[in-house]
Amino acid sequence: MTYSRFLKPALTGLALATLAASASYAGDAPVPNKGDTAWLLISSALVLMMSIPGLALFYGGLVRTKNMLSVLTQVFAIVSLVGVIWVTYGYSLAFGDGGSMTAYIGGFGKAFLRGITPDSTVPTFTPGVVVPEYAYMVFQMTFAMITPALIVGAFAERMKFSAVMLFMLLWVTFIYFPIAHWVWYGATPDDVVAAAKALAAAADDAAKAAAQAKLDEVSAGAGWLNQKTALDFAGGTVVHINAGIAGLVGALMLKPRVGYGKEAMPPHSLTMTMIGASLLWVGWFGFNAGSNLEANGVTALAFVNTMVATAAAALSWLLVEWAIKGKPSMLGLVSGAVAGLVAVTPASGFAGPMGSVVLGLAVSPICYFFVSVVKNKFGYDDALDVFGVHCIGGITGALATGLLVSADLGGVGVPDYTAITTGFVGTYDLVGQMKTQLTAVVATLLWSGIGSAILYKVVDLIVGLRAPVEKEREGLDVSDHGERAYNY
Amino acid sequence: MKIVMAIIKPFKLEEVRDALTALGVHGLTVTEVKGYGRQKGHTEIYRGAEYAVSFLPKLKIEVAVSADMVGKVIDAITAAAKTGQIGDGKIFVSPIEQAVRIRTGERDNDAL
Repeated sequence: MTYSRFLKPALTGLALATLAASASYAGDAPVPNKGDTAWLLISSALVLMMSIPGLALFYGGLVRTKNMLSVLTQVFAIVSLVGVIWVTYGYSLAFGDGGSMTAYIGGFGKAFLRGITPDSTVPTFTPGVVVPEYAYMVFQMTFAMITPALIVGAFAERMKFSAVMLFMLLWVTFIYFPIAHWVWYGATPDDVVAAAKALAAAADDAAKAAAQAKLDEVSAGAGWLNQKTALDFAGGTVVHINAGIAGLVGALMLKPRVGYGKEAMPPHSLTMTMIGASLLWVGWFGFNAGSNLEANGVTALAFVNTMVATAAAALSWLLVEWAIKGKPSMLGLVSGAVAGLVAVTPASGFAGPMGSVVLGLAVSPICYFFVSVVKNKFGYDDALDVFGVHCIGGITGALATGLLVSADLGGVGVPDYTAITTGFVGTYDLVGQMKTQLTAVVATLLWSGIGSAILYKVVDLIVGLRAPVEKEREGLDVSDHGERAYNY
Repeated sequence: MKIVMAIIKPFKLEEVRDALTALGVHGLTVTEVKGYGRQKGHTEIYRGAEYAVSFLPKLKIEVAVSADMVGKVIDAITAAAKTGQIGDGKIFVSPIEQAVRIRTGERDNDAL
């Protein structure tokens, strides 16, 4: 969602001419394209479908029968809670102007969606193109809904419902909104392009200095990771690394489930898990291709990448498991698909399709190693492998994006709105880009890891994190919710 | 009167029922059970977590018959439920003290 390349070099001259023409008429405000608007709204609904029922069923099938409803309820309730928080202050904190703090957090200027009307627009990644702010706001809302819902898999079957809800309220506020702001709150492309043109046109040193100052000022109005051009097309850092590390911290702080490692805890319905994983895949087209905000060629590229990386990763996990354990499993197949979806998320609009296939093939063995070897070795009970799949897959994808964006590897090149003569494709610097990617990964791991630990502790002091042992044995469905998933 | 209790492989139920019906046995009770004998269990693997499943699903059927029928019933079940593989199951026979048909109040052999 950060940046994307939007113009083929061959079209650059024409596009720039058009741009110059449209910019020269004062008051000629861009109007949202109906196709873009429709696609963004459809994408929003697709991302909602990822959470409910996709993620809920994917996770629900993996727990024991007695905890099925607790997972479904937690996911559905988190989605609902964040929906309300988002329009109250979430959108404003994540995508509002934070004044002097705007590199780190938005302000309350758009709290309660103040000032937003059906005529309000926000820029996309193409200079001169806008979409309705309501569509943008609700699209971003669905990301804020699914990210905390991902975390519940790590502490599934043992955290009590009141603690889950309080934790998620705090977590989106102090962890998700700031990180989303760091990465996704960008400068308006039109402003950058205008400033870059002024700089290019500046005749003498004084004018150059003034133009440069203007360009710096425009650039400084973005989140700090966005300023560094950390490439994260659809949320590898903000969503997956973020949720994954918060899940690991939760699994460590809540301690393993009663009987973990001694009693059998097999998934109660891999049928549900397969349905859920499939809904996730379909919904993920909204997540990745929707993240281009417009409906154009890059959108199609992100769509294709989401298709092929996932297919490659599903096959890859299947083969690895077949080779090591002797049997190709359904759970392995869908776990690989999810790992591939996670990994391609940051790369979807930057990498080429062949790069995405390679990424998909590579991510599954890495995630497999973490869920089957590392987890057992260290004994943490990341019940549904949020860390092993989302955090590790997210890190793999975030770093791979820095490589696969390179035109030499079939990528589209690094976007740069100041590169007005090369179709907004900047100079690719392998080492520099990898450093930037690593910075984004480490910053997310630290902020979310440490911040989540504090929030778990706070929630533990206020309401207590874990269900009592006898209630955990009985199952959270009956003890927390007073109902049973199945009455035969 | 005897009660013949047999543990059989689940997919053999229809064949056993047909064999018993052919003998003139007009009722049996089936229960889904789990257990183990000489047949070993198997291993299930979920994302690297391995579980030894040592209790396998079987069906328990119970048939109450008059004493003179016991031999034929045992033979019929044995023939129908047999695959020759380990895990075909077992048959246990025990005496019945009394039998009552609830609807009519008939007793013992008349109630079977």
